[in-house]
Amino acid sequence: MQVQSIQTKTITTILYILLILCALAMLLPFVWMVSASLKLDKDVFTFPIEWIPSNPRWENYLEIWTTIPLGTFIKNTAKLTVIVTLLQLLTSSFAAYAFAKLEFKGRDLLFLGYVATIAMPWQVYMVPQFIMMRSFGLNNTHLSIIFLQAFSAFGVFLMKQFYMSVPDELCEAARIDGMSEYRIWAQIMLPLSKPALSTLTIFTFVNTWNDFLGPLLYLTRMELKTVQIGLRMFISQYSSEYGLIMAASVVALIPVVIVFLSLQKFFVQGVATAGLKG
Amino acid sequence: MPSKQAHIRKQLVAYSFIAPNFIGFAVFTLVPIVFAVALAFLYWDGSNPIEWAGLANFRDLLDDDQFKAALKNTIVYTAGTVPLTLISSLFLAVLLNQGIKGRNFFRTVSFFPYVASLVAVAAVWNMIFNPSKGPVNMLLYTLGFENVPGWAADKDWAMITIILFSVWKYMGYYMIIYLAGLQGINPELYEAANLDGTNAWQRFRYVTVPQLSATTFFVMVMLTIQCFKVYDIVYMVTQGGPGTATLVLVYDIYNKAFISWNLGSASAVAMVLFALVLIVTLIQFRGNRKLQ
Repeated sequence: MQVQSIQTKTITTILYILLILCALAMLLPFVWMVSASLKLDKDVFTFPIEWIPSNPRWENYLEIWTTIPLGTFIKNTAKLTVIVTLLQLLTSSFAAYAFAKLEFKGRDLLFLGYVATIAMPWQVYMVPQFIMMRSFGLNNTHLSIIFLQAFSAFGVFLMKQFYMSVPDELCEAARIDGMSEYRIWAQIMLPLSKPALSTLTIFTFVNTWNDFLGPLLYLTRMELKTVQIGLRMFISQYSSEYGLIMAASVVALIPVVIVFLSLQKFFVQGVATAGLKG
Repeated sequence: MPSKQAHIRKQLVAYSFIAPNFIGFAVFTLVPIVFAVALAFLYWDGSNPIEWAGLANFRDLLDDDQFKAALKNTIVYTAGTVPLTLISSLFLAVLLNQGIKGRNFFRTVSFFPYVASLVAVAAVWNMIFNPSKGPVNMLLYTLGFENVPGWAADKDWAMITIILFSVWKYMGYYMIIYLAGLQGINPELYEAANLDGTNAWQRFRYVTVPQLSATTFFVMVMLTIQCFKVYDIVYMVTQGGPGTATLVLVYDIYNKAFISWNLGSASAVAMVLFALVLIVTLIQFRGNRKLQ
């Protein structure tokens, strides 16, 4: 008995040490980032690392707003992210309801169109898509990014999977009560699908907020740029302003961190179910 | 008569549900896909008249050093990233599945690099791995290493740097998938193995690994596809260099399309990328059928 408990204790200790090492590997770059964001450029690389700056330079967080139009970048990104997420939720759940609960001609064929493109990388058709958008006069407009992101096959697929698990009898009963399909969608399905909607929200939010190649192709005018490409431009222009770069990076991270921490549960569920279904 | 009218009405209602999403999806996804296939067989610079090229765009790729480097690098990147991410995410998931305290904290932490914006983490990564003054190399110096790696600036290390960065960024995501898989394993299997007097490694090797084979297969497919289409990591860490050391397929598409405006050639490379993804997807279909 005694021997076994000592053995279990050793194993548990090793386990925690391994976990803490992994956690450190994941977290230290972020700690370093925050620490460097409060330093003068010349102090960023002092070694041994001064994790807590003795003379924190909070001015870095003031200067970044005037060195680059960071406020504009954040406003643009927030605007795009909110519009794309709302459109995505609305149109996906709307379409998914019909695919899951209504009978109509060509349903399976249309759905196949969605499924077939899920595996198709956007990079395969980004060039012709750009040419088309340009011919519509949409390059250098925020509309291009909205159209690019808002109608994903993934959203329809995710919502449809969820609606399939809702019993048909529920809709039937509502129909007998004389509810229209639109009301069934709005008053029964939408409230029921909160978990799926939350999963889709967090995926769309993180994807749109962090998207890089889309805005890089479409938004070249300064006043339209998003945080990611704006930040990237700043990094290549002022490559030795380490403190400022880190401060701007911290600011760019904050919104995603907030959304992630508050919706984390749904994110984990979403990834897990996507994994199991595959 | 009224029943027929009701039928048509029902159909129209259904289409009205589909329409908002489907129209956007058709115009901005389906049409460009068809257009992409067509472009691969044409010569076009985006403004002058289009000319028929037949298979010439594909034939030209055979003598195209940029393309050949990109194809090779994409395969090297995939061959390095997939197994490393797979092993580290499985390892992390098994650790987290041991009923330890603070499990949620560790899970959140390991998921952090995945949600954090790439531009920001790539900026930190570039500084930490700065060859002359970054803390990683300083640490290596202090530990007595004399020939410290040049990381992103060295053509022999650039690809390794990108692979390490990718593993760090993506392992948390796949760890979640593995955790879900681990929770699906019947605990009785472990109890039976315990009765047989097995040790922890044997239980891992003969219970966990075989029970997770479906999950592993799925993770492998997802990872491979993700690696094939890598672009932004490369753009931010090495810009495809030094030389062509980390030039990958999507980088080549971008250069051919938006730098040289050789759209046919860019689409031909895109078709190669698509073919790679298609092969992996077909393997997945067959594998899934076998597993079921």
